[in-house]
Amino acid sequence: MTIAIVCIAGVGLVAAIVLAIADKYLSVKEDPRIGMVTAALPGANCGGCGFPGCDGYARALVAGTAPNGACAAGGDACAAEIAKILGVEAAATEKRVALVKCCGTRSEAIRVGDYNGICDCNVAAMTAGGDKGCTYGCLGYGACANVCPKNAISIHDGLARVDKRLCIGCGKCVAICPKKVIELVPASATIHVLCNNPDKGPAVRKVCGVGCMGCHLCEKNSGGKEAGHFTFEGFLAKVNYANPPTDAQIVAKCPAKCMAEDAHFESGN
Amino acid sequence: MKTVKSQFKFKGGVHPDYNKELAREQPIEKIPLPAELVISMSQHLGAPAKCVVKAGDFVRRGQVVGEKNGFISVCVRTSADGKVKAIEKRLGPAGGKADAIILDTTAKPEGEVAEASGPILEPLDWRTASREDLLKRVEEAGICGMGGAGFPTNVKLNPPPGKRCEYLILNGAECEPYLTADYRLMLERAPRIRLGVEIMRKILGGPAVRIAIEANKPEAIKAMETAFADIDGNVEIVVLPVLYPQGSEKHQIFATVGRVVPEPPALPIDVGCVVENVGTVAAIADAVELGEPLLERVTTVSGGAVAQPKNVLAPCGTKYSDLIAFCGGEKEPVAKLISGGTMMGFAVSTPEISTTKTTSGLLLLPNSKAYQYVSQACINCGRCVRACPMNLNAAEIAKAVESDDIKGAEDAHVMTCIECGACSFSCPAYRPITQFCRRAKNSIRARIAAEKAKAAAAAKK
Ligand code: SF4
Ligand code: SF4
Ligand code: SF4
Ligand code: SF4
Repeated sequence: MTIAIVCIAGVGLVAAIVLAIADKYLSVKEDPRIGMVTAALPGANCGGCGFPGCDGYARALVAGTAPNGACAAGGDACAAEIAKILGVEAAATEKRVALVKCCGTRSEAIRVGDYNGICDCNVAAMTAGGDKGCTYGCLGYGACANVCPKNAISIHDGLARVDKRLCIGCGKCVAICPKKVIELVPASATIHVLCNNPDKGPAVRKVCGVGCMGCHLCEKNSGGKEAGHFTFEGFLAKVNYANPPTDAQIVAKCPAKCMAEDAHFESGN
Repeated sequence: MKTVKSQFKFKGGVHPDYNKELAREQPIEKIPLPAELVISMSQHLGAPAKCVVKAGDFVRRGQVVGEKNGFISVCVRTSADGKVKAIEKRLGPAGGKADAIILDTTAKPEGEVAEASGPILEPLDWRTASREDLLKRVEEAGICGMGGAGFPTNVKLNPPPGKRCEYLILNGAECEPYLTADYRLMLERAPRIRLGVEIMRKILGGPAVRIAIEANKPEAIKAMETAFADIDGNVEIVVLPVLYPQGSEKHQIFATVGRVVPEPPALPIDVGCVVENVGTVAAIADAVELGEPLLERVTTVSGGAVAQPKNVLAPCGTKYSDLIAFCGGEKEPVAKLISGGTMMGFAVSTPEISTTKTTSGLLLLPNSKAYQYVSQACINCGRCVRACPMNLNAAEIAKAVESDDIKGAEDAHVMTCIECGACSFSCPAYRPITQFCRRAKNSIRARIAAEKAKAAAAAKK
């Protein structure tokens, strides 16, 4: 019995001495700023900055290999705090949120087939391009909703909708959507074109009751081409988010009914 | 030359209803030139061709309208004279969009232009032409694998240094239900196939030849026996047991010469084999001897809902709607339209899609054949595992993908899946297992591409 106690205590003592010495000579000094920066980041670990989690971004920031302001979720406040810790300048960021540029609900946009495969937009898109007549629009199988770390996206009537209050602008949904119909837009913008179909008017009408026809009325009603609130890609109007329109009138005047004032849906989560 | 029975039987496989009697006895029939062709720049595997004409141009049959755009790519030639109405992004059978030329074939050239005459390319005598000339001819004729995948043939026929082709395997299995295009080709154009084989043999440096045909096509076997009767060298016709997916490249290699192609990225050439579809072989013969590029192909139009099932010789770019009209239209309402065969083909949503160099069939299925199932949870019966010809645990893969565990699917070797559909076909719970596999493969490929791009960007820095 006594022998056992002495042995164990002896082993413990030797180990303690070895560890104490190792700590003294082999320890790696971690920059305390890494911990501070990590604490300043929102901790969502969304990966939107392009680094493995908030900790990864913090290390890159401290090492000086990443620009301050890449965290969309944290926004300006976070960048300012990091700037204080690191003594660098904060790049001005604007909070951006995801916008699904489609308003072709099940009742408005025709479906050309019965898709009963796996409920995933990427798989549906591999099957004849998806069951929607419009090949540019949201399929509504929720690939974006599944990757959203904040549960900000939900599917309503065959259409993905983003809750602006929950969205942190990480861009994961943008990356996964096979139709490339999601865009990150400034949270402050209030007027949007909810369509992604650049085809000519008649071709759009064949597949969707609310698609943009490229009639340029929105441009005209917002002060003409010179005002620069809209750009056009094919027969599709796009809001110029560097200079967004503010006059809500133009929304009501859109004959296609594909414009919306503050399109963000509130899911009530 | 002799005819032998296959000595190797792969594991798994299924027996779908073949339904070949619908179009089997229909001789190949040429479709009158449609008024409009939609010629896609993406008719092959790899990078789409680069369009080199513009709207308003008048093009001559055989003219290059899309240039080869990368190593794994082939050129596209127009299949008819006509005026380019527009160049638009059009939906392809697999669901992707690619640039396509909308060609008005009724338009006449402006002014006095001499009628085009003579062969499109200079005919070559394969006996005297050099190997390089023959290879170049295959490339400029825009030939790609016509069995379905569309792999550029000149790349296949030019093994990388250090690799030698020991066996040239001719794929005449045609194991997909309904399809009879290759079968008719073997019956009606056997001498062309023989010529093609001789040319390919020369290009590949004289490999042994194995002609693989399923046992349910005795006439085709007879036709090939007659055509190849007096050929010298090591040539064998291998009669394969009737089993789906016998026509898959890997399974054909195993069934004919008993070799196993390792996991991707290994290719058949790594085990000394080159497999070509019989249609491709005939196209090579035409390109060399007649100077005729690959501009048209035989497509089986069948399925219970078409009035007259036929094997149609149609220019690449013919719209499905024109094919259907040529076959007497619909006899009953079409519940499902499939480009290709029922096992591996693509369901399409509109007949406005057009044929490509790889369109082997167009199936119009009536309601009674296009079942809509509700898929359920896996009951762990193991039938998919037994059916999988690639020895995969399909159930495990499907479950992994279902719970977004792509890594798990990768660990279960999903990348070796050949998307044959045998698992989904045999699942009593109607699980879309093949679709799960495709989903996993797509994500894995996307990830690998992203990693490569990242590494390339880092290397640049
Ligand atoms: S036309 Fe526009 S709104 Fe309609 S489904 Fe297509 S993208 Fe959506
Ligand atoms: S936005 Fe894109 S990913 Fe989201 S449901 Fe629509 S198609 Fe799918
Ligand atoms: S589709 Fe893939 S997993 Fe299914 S049986 Fe074929 S090879 Fe196996
Ligand atoms: S066949 Fe279907 S039910 Fe049976 S083990 Fe495979 S996935 Fe599960």
